[in-house]
Amino acid sequence: MAFAGNNSRALPWALVTPALAWTLLFFVLPFIAMGLSSLTAHEGGGFTLANYSQFFTDPSYWRAMVNSLEVTAIVTVISILLAYPFAWILAEQVPERWQRLALMLAVLPFWTSYVVRSYSWLLVLAQNGVVNRTLTGIGLIGEPLQLANTRFATVTGFVHFFVMLLTLTIFANLKQLSPSYRKAAADLGAGPVRTFLHVVLPLTLSGIMVGAFLTFVLCIGDYITPQILGGNNELVMPQLVMMQIGRRGDFPLASALSIILMAVVTIAYLACARWLKIERA
Amino acid sequence: MTISARTPLSTLKSHLSAACAAAALLIAAGGAQAADLNALIWCDHSDPALLEPFEKANNVKVNVKEFEGTGAGLAIVEQSQPGDWDVMVIDSIDVPRGVEKGLFEPLPEDKLPFADLFPEVKMDKSTIVDGKRYGITEKFGYNTIGFNKTKVDPADMQSLASLTSDKYKGKVAIYDYYLPVIGMAALAIGKKTADLTEADLPALKTELLKMKANAKLVGEVTASQTALATGEVDILVGGGEWVTAGLAKENPALDFSIPKEGAVLWSQSLAMFKDSKNKDMALKFIQYVLSPEGQARLATSSCYWGMPSNTKAALTDEQKKILRFEEQPGFLARAQAYPAPNADLDKKMQDMWTEMLQAQ
Repeated sequence: MAFAGNNSRALPWALVTPALAWTLLFFVLPFIAMGLSSLTAHEGGGFTLANYSQFFTDPSYWRAMVNSLEVTAIVTVISILLAYPFAWILAEQVPERWQRLALMLAVLPFWTSYVVRSYSWLLVLAQNGVVNRTLTGIGLIGEPLQLANTRFATVTGFVHFFVMLLTLTIFANLKQLSPSYRKAAADLGAGPVRTFLHVVLPLTLSGIMVGAFLTFVLCIGDYITPQILGGNNELVMPQLVMMQIGRRGDFPLASALSIILMAVVTIAYLACARWLKIERA
Repeated sequence: MTISARTPLSTLKSHLSAACAAAALLIAAGGAQAADLNALIWCDHSDPALLEPFEKANNVKVNVKEFEGTGAGLAIVEQSQPGDWDVMVIDSIDVPRGVEKGLFEPLPEDKLPFADLFPEVKMDKSTIVDGKRYGITEKFGYNTIGFNKTKVDPADMQSLASLTSDKYKGKVAIYDYYLPVIGMAALAIGKKTADLTEADLPALKTELLKMKANAKLVGEVTASQTALATGEVDILVGGGEWVTAGLAKENPALDFSIPKEGAVLWSQSLAMFKDSKNKDMALKFIQYVLSPEGQARLATSSCYWGMPSNTKAALTDEQKKILRFEEQPGFLARAQAYPAPNADLDKKMQDMWTEMLQAQ
């Protein structure tokens, strides 16, 4: 019996060990290395806080964080506003037998390479691209607009990607919602709008928040989209990190900037932690 | 506050970094053998048209790892084991940085075709340290004005002042590499690239901000090349034959000028690692790249074209015409080397560049 008891205690540990080892090897150790690196000088390797003070005292570094937060906030809000109705139509209006196909079509752009998709947007938004040609063709504008190499282009590229992600999380949430909630609301005299605002929306808030948090994390840490579509006309944090590595091999400063970025993500997590639950409240 | 002594913190950090780097190298090395030649290179060296003839002739596999920028290259070396790498491509002006770190082996001048090189690109001030030569220039060109001659007045492209004139507002892209473009800004304000000091930074910044105000984008190699080729912009600040020559067949309207103020000469060198386990093969590789055939292949690499440093490069007449081979003596006479700041000035220049990028 003692053996069985030990075994029952050991089994969960045995099962969780690969995940723990993975996390230790590929997150905890690199994170500690990065933390220590951020406290060392680029030349000489001695202890220094200069890498952090550089961020807090140099306005162009600060500006990168402000740009990151602004772009991320805009992308997250627009993505939610577009994804929610889309997910609702998929979950509520599309017949059950077509939902799988509709969902697959909705996430089809996921199947293309992220880089290829960004370059495709560059061509679409270029001076001679589809958008400008259409607008000039129908006489809405006389001269092509500058759409590519702007924040607008970066936001467009991001939104295209994250609407799909948010649609999936919100759709899953809507499908889990029992129809009896709406029936009960109707029985109590609530109309469709009131039912949505006071029943459906609050109960799907966790799906929105999970998607929004994923959008925030992925968007604020993304290098490819702003690099390709933003035209380097403003820098976001991941571009600033890459500049330190690519140009000067300054891993300590890159580490410090990465840790600051992680701190912001942690704050965002804490801010919406109450909604980030796996089970329904 | 900076303490330069070795601390327990930095020791622990270096051990952890080494562990992470070792894991990454194991993955990256992917079965490389000691007999292989391991080369840290720029993208022009990964063209099979360049490498395969050497591999076949010497029955050796050349393992390449691409990098951009000396800082990134030296960081890769620092995270590697001594002997992992045999040869490296490096900006000629940065050869002393590698020598200071004790990385490079002196090159045997008698076994390399120094007599055949364009004299102006031997870059002795950079490639010779304490009387020993550590690098040999293999390719060069100009960071200058690349443009579409059907969209702009070619006469305007003979002056750097055009880059900041209202006439071309929104028609300009800037190559995203701080040293050559800062060099061009220096030329525009009448400074010599070799004499730049911290006192020049305010004037350089003003000039850079004027360029940025006229620019539609600041792009790395692919982005800036694409912008010029697709007509998104008509002028590329920092462009040159490395942008226009490779696209000459598809887009003959692309051209470059060496303006009256001058241009910035870029020059890349090959160096051999002191700890190479395969020095004979490394030397053979350098000899091959500097040979007339190797030079022609490197000059017309699919990644980017550039002038071969060897005057005897086996280029076709058409290739020479595209590269404006015959005009080189005149171009070289007006070109100035990349700025070569010390570490402190280099950091300040990069911060100024970041500021320029962030400027609205």
